Amino acid sequence: MLALGVVLLWVGVVVALPLAALAALSVADGPLGFVRAVTAPGSLAALGTTLLLSVAVALVNAVLGTVIAWVLVRDSFPGKRFADALIDIPFALPTIVASIVLLALYGPESPAGIHLNNTRAGVLVALAFVTLPFVVRSVQPVLAELELDAEEAAASLGASNWTTLRLIVWPAIRPAVISGTGLAFARAIGEFGSVALIGGNLPGVTQVTSQYIAQRIEVGDPTGAAAVSVTLLVIAFSVLATLRLLARGQRRAVA
Amino acid sequence: MRLSLPARLGVRTVALAYLAVLVALPVGMVLQRALAPGLATFWASVTTPAAIAAFNLTLTLLAIVVPLNVILGTVTALVLVRGGSFRGKALLQAFLDLPFAVSPVVIGVALIALWGAGGWFGGLADAGVRVIFATPGMALATAFVTLPFVVREVEPVLREVGDEQEQAAATLGATGWQTFWRITLPSIRWGLTYGTLLTVARGLGEYGAVLLVSSNLPGVSQTLTLLVHARYHDVANTYGAYTAATVLMGLSLATLVATALLNRTRRHP
Amino acid sequence: MTRTGPSRLAALLTAATLLLSACAGAGASDVPGGVAGTASTTLNVYAFSVAKPALDALGAAYSATPQGDRTAINTSYGASGDQSRKVLAGAPADLVVFSLAPDVTRLVEPGIVDADWDAAGQGSPFGSVVVLVVRKGNPKQLHDWDDLLKPGVQVVTPNPLSSGSAQWNLLAPFARSSNGGEDPAAGLAYISRLVTDHIRTQPTSGAEATESFRQGTGDVLLSYENEALAAIDAGDDFEIVIPPETFRIENAVAPVATSDRRAEAEDFLTFVSSPAGQEVVAQAGYRPADPAVQARHTEFATPQKLWTIDDLGGWPAVTASLFNKDSGAITALYTEATR
Repeated sequence: MLALGVVLLWVGVVVALPLAALAALSVADGPLGFVRAVTAPGSLAALGTTLLLSVAVALVNAVLGTVIAWVLVRDSFPGKRFADALIDIPFALPTIVASIVLLALYGPESPAGIHLNNTRAGVLVALAFVTLPFVVRSVQPVLAELELDAEEAAASLGASNWTTLRLIVWPAIRPAVISGTGLAFARAIGEFGSVALIGGNLPGVTQVTSQYIAQRIEVGDPTGAAAVSVTLLVIAFSVLATLRLLARGQRRAVA
Repeated sequence: MRLSLPARLGVRTVALAYLAVLVALPVGMVLQRALAPGLATFWASVTTPAAIAAFNLTLTLLAIVVPLNVILGTVTALVLVRGGSFRGKALLQAFLDLPFAVSPVVIGVALIALWGAGGWFGGLADAGVRVIFATPGMALATAFVTLPFVVREVEPVLREVGDEQEQAAATLGATGWQTFWRITLPSIRWGLTYGTLLTVARGLGEYGAVLLVSSNLPGVSQTLTLLVHARYHDVANTYGAYTAATVLMGLSLATLVATALLNRTRRHP
Repeated sequence: MTRTGPSRLAALLTAATLLLSACAGAGASDVPGGVAGTASTTLNVYAFSVAKPALDALGAAYSATPQGDRTAINTSYGASGDQSRKVLAGAPADLVVFSLAPDVTRLVEPGIVDADWDAAGQGSPFGSVVVLVVRKGNPKQLHDWDDLLKPGVQVVTPNPLSSGSAQWNLLAPFARSSNGGEDPAAGLAYISRLVTDHIRTQPTSGAEATESFRQGTGDVLLSYENEALAAIDAGDDFEIVIPPETFRIENAVAPVATSDRRAEAEDFLTFVSSPAGQEVVAQAGYRPADPAVQARHTEFATPQKLWTIDDLGGWPAVTASLFNKDSGAITALYTEATR
């Protein structure tokens, strides 16, 4: 199929090839060098911090993102369009600016007296900010497409809201929620610019893997940097693949 | 599901409170700092020659990347959902997810490993074809980070909508193109719209990867985000960083308004 | 209308782009009210961010000379190491201006910069000194390196692992405590106490460090004198304290050997080293290499002892012993201290 060919070419040139070059770079010191780079104490500490915080923020935004999507689709109130517009702002705002602003809001000179600088909580806030759109925008179109007939039928048959939610709405939006959460997680583990100032880059506490990778590049260890990058990729990718399999399984169950 | 009034208000409050604290506050702060010295100062700051050049470059990159990723993204979604199974489908799915998983630092390193001097395609530079440190490189970086959005937004909607109507059209004698244009496209309108919006927004905000692959010369190869970076590192101009950021947010907002207007008649569920 | 939504959007976007790309007024200047200039030759300079005031002033001054009036300089700024690696990867530079010599020597082996770029010392036409930047009024009364070790004092300085130019900051107390490298153990002892007890954040660059400090983190920032001057000029409530013993920062400048505009780049450098150019540099807050010009500028306080990189044996030796990623002593301290 021509369509498939074009798609494969496009994805190949834009995504696959650069990543292949990266993978090649990561094993320039041999497989042993790769392992050494990834298991260096700094690397492990950064990976631990990154994964922990990313999982936390993905779950938070999974719940709240779904709630927001619900409100934007099913509710109406003055200013709803404005709220809708806010969702995409984290995408369009360069991470530098997010970084400066978050430090201004939650740093030592916080107008609200909240001091989150150099803490994991600060990094969480930054990550929540940049990953918010994923779940919302993933669930929104699916929720908008949902026919209300099934829910109305359930209601007329006496089902409570909770039952309807559990048995009709949730299964329909679950793939989208899972997919959005996976994307939020993947974005969180790669995040760099916005956590820089508020996190303080403290190894073992707030240094995330992308900061560690940048550090490796600076000290003249591009191979080590590539090795850790590939590791991060594999982790994110595995999570996404697992979620994708889960979602597909559920689709089959529902169908 | 009909929520009782207290439940509905409760949910709305939670959603809006979260949005307010997480997004509205920082955005408000950026706007406040950008606009506080007055509109005239703001205007002067966003119309410097470098800012105009950055604005042009950002839009040029979007004009290249967005249509490509929207069209190819839609085709990809169709191939994935309606195309049955084929060899390499799982691999394709995997690659479509990867851009989300890659840190901007890593993208820059990967692109330079491929296109930079000494990279796999480094010979191109010697032949006079500038990819990295030129617009094509920046377009590639932007295309990388925005590749999955349309696909991932259209895919679930395509699945949710099902293909009965398309099959009906086919039995009634419609050609593939007619079916696509009249049946499929309207049915995925919401997903496509959101996907396009996200592509534009993400393309606008891309910073880390473009920073690494751009020659970063003012007036020549700085996008708006690179201008923000330049102004921030120029110690005296954090204000300028805020004003450029405001322009970026404004562009994102304009896209949202434009797509809302274009989709004015919505199907009420 | 509804069915052609997406194509309408595409059409709109394309039209908007074409329209706006024809937006007149694009140029390199980022000064409000600035105009796009015309020049027959444009030199692409890749510089480290802190050099901006100097290069802006030098570019303007050079254009005013008969020799340079058809030459404009267009500068890309960034972290010194990042810029250096960019040029290594093929960025179109005609001239490089970096924070420290290793960022230039990196370019010698692939032939981008000649090996003799610093032969007669011409590779370092300006520089600065390491200073302590404190809040207005110097509330914690910090005047010397030992004051930084007082209990409760929080020091902000970039992480030398992620910022090459951060190395200058740490070389100052090291040189002083080790008496010019004679007693490295003493020097390292100071650094160890500093890093373990008084450094709470590890900004990845000088700009991040300054911004952190500006936003309220820390009691004292280690920085370049000229960066501190620029921040104060821009309205920050800082004060500069020059400790009695500190370190001379020698920035590194070299023309790119493989550039088409090498002659013009060298002409520009000649201007920078000339008395006129040195005067411009001094007025921009940098310490000129020319001793005569420096003597004229009494606002540059002379510390009791100004250590230099040569006192410590030159960059290759310093990098190997202190900052090497695997075996450097200071690198190890940083990694240890934050475990």
